[in-house]
Amino acid sequence: MSGAFLDQIFLRAKEWLLSPLAGAPDWLIQIVSSLINISGVLGVFLTLFAAISVLERKILGRMQNRYGPNRVGPFGLFQPVADGIKMLIKEDVVPARADKVVHFLAPILVAATAILALGVIPYGRNMTPFTIDGGILFFFAVGSTTELAVFMAGWGSNNKFSMLGAMRAIAQMVSYELPLILTTLPVVMIVGALSPDAIVAAQGGYSFGVLPHWFVTTPWGAAAFILFFISGLVESNRTPFDVPEGESEIVAGHMTEYSGFKYATFFMAEYFGMFAISGLAVTLFLGGWHSPIAALNFIPSYFWFFLKLSALLFVYIWVRGTLPRTRVDQIMNFAWKFMLPMAFTLIVAAAVWHYQGRGLAGWLWSLAVIAIVYFALSRLLDTRKKFAPRTYRFAE
Amino acid sequence: MNSVAFLVIAIITLSGALAAAALPKLIHAALSLVIVFVGVAAYFFLLGAEFVGLVQVFVYIGAVAVLIVFTILLTRRELTGDRGINWGGAIVALAVFGGLLWTILKTKSLAIRAPQIEPLTVKRIGEVLMTNYVWPLQCVGLVLTAALIGALILVMEEKREER
Repeated sequence: MSGAFLDQIFLRAKEWLLSPLAGAPDWLIQIVSSLINISGVLGVFLTLFAAISVLERKILGRMQNRYGPNRVGPFGLFQPVADGIKMLIKEDVVPARADKVVHFLAPILVAATAILALGVIPYGRNMTPFTIDGGILFFFAVGSTTELAVFMAGWGSNNKFSMLGAMRAIAQMVSYELPLILTTLPVVMIVGALSPDAIVAAQGGYSFGVLPHWFVTTPWGAAAFILFFISGLVESNRTPFDVPEGESEIVAGHMTEYSGFKYATFFMAEYFGMFAISGLAVTLFLGGWHSPIAALNFIPSYFWFFLKLSALLFVYIWVRGTLPRTRVDQIMNFAWKFMLPMAFTLIVAAAVWHYQGRGLAGWLWSLAVIAIVYFALSRLLDTRKKFAPRTYRFAE
Repeated sequence: MNSVAFLVIAIITLSGALAAAALPKLIHAALSLVIVFVGVAAYFFLLGAEFVGLVQVFVYIGAVAVLIVFTILLTRRELTGDRGINWGGAIVALAVFGGLLWTILKTKSLAIRAPQIEPLTVKRIGEVLMTNYVWPLQCVGLVLTAALIGALILVMEEKREER
């Protein structure tokens, strides 16, 4: 049983680390166990952060027909080390008119919420760092605190650009929190539990050994996954929706007055938020740590989780390399006029799927519900604008 | 262990409340109020009411605090002029506190020990909400919908009459 051993190897390592404490009181063991979990999560995701910061620049470079970083170490792989040292030794500038305490606390709060959200995601079989009955609710409760942190950054800097960026960020985060939560609702309804472990467990099993029972294979699941992914892009302020820090308009938004390590903390929090949202998407729709084919079950569960996570992160980078920035009013219109009605429809579609017996009939019926609403919405929202090449009157 | 946690949370919550009432800058007061909200959520967690604690964080920090902060931001600039202690207000506050304390200490319910109950699961809350409390739930939903429509009507653009 080398497969099962490899699968649980991290749990065994933790047990081995805890074994010298065998006779100690319960609370001590609990604290040490939590500390091990925390350092595990931090270690893994800081490494992933370092890797993705160089990979993102490499991939973007490939998409834009240039090399990307290639000076530090082989293929530029030591770039994150150089970046880290640079950020550490930079001068920490605090504006004279800034609200010192709020300005100082904002990056800490942003990073803390992002790290807390990472805690409830199941990374593998029996590998949830923080098991809690309402795990999904915990994720969103912690995520909603980010808005306050962004506001503190904008206000504390006492700068027009910062304030504008913070207001844009809060406006779009509040708007997209609604579709984000509503698209998780069908999954919670079907599973009947708010804990991520139960949701992953409900997606185990295969039809004919090749078709996994992930929620993304149902029509409502696929649609919800797409809506969730778009909302996730907005929540993590990634490129098509990065108006809060739009560098061509308002310098860097709420991060304008931050330098050195505080800026790096914001940067890290943005990526951690991205990891958390992608991890939740994997948990909710892509079957968590389950393998895609029954025959591949011998490969450790955490491998599958991180493979799916990397795939989603690649799409994030891909989107960034492809799409231009949207306008603020376009983002808002999209949220309230399209995302929200579609999210409500998905709840109905999931209910239809459930009451038609979760089989082929339910599959087709829920697809019909989604298709009808989708086409009705696109007819209603059609502005009948004609798009033609722009003509210039005075310049040719 | 629990009483130590109770004391620590109480100190943090009360100092947050005091700061919210006393700090001269309005935005600082609003941010101190957030500490109070966190403290109350921590109490719910301590009592085993996980769900209520999470909703406390979600609603009060994610929505109410952001709303307060936004209204302060959109309505006024920095207030100048020093504000001394409002003695009349202080006396009224002390009187209310004393009255409440006296009433609470007089009640007999203090002597009743809470029975040991199993922690509430989310599933149980959902079942009860959908069976015993379905009418109150629907009424709250109706009130909230009415409030939403009212807010929309307030901000709707008025069409100017063409003459």
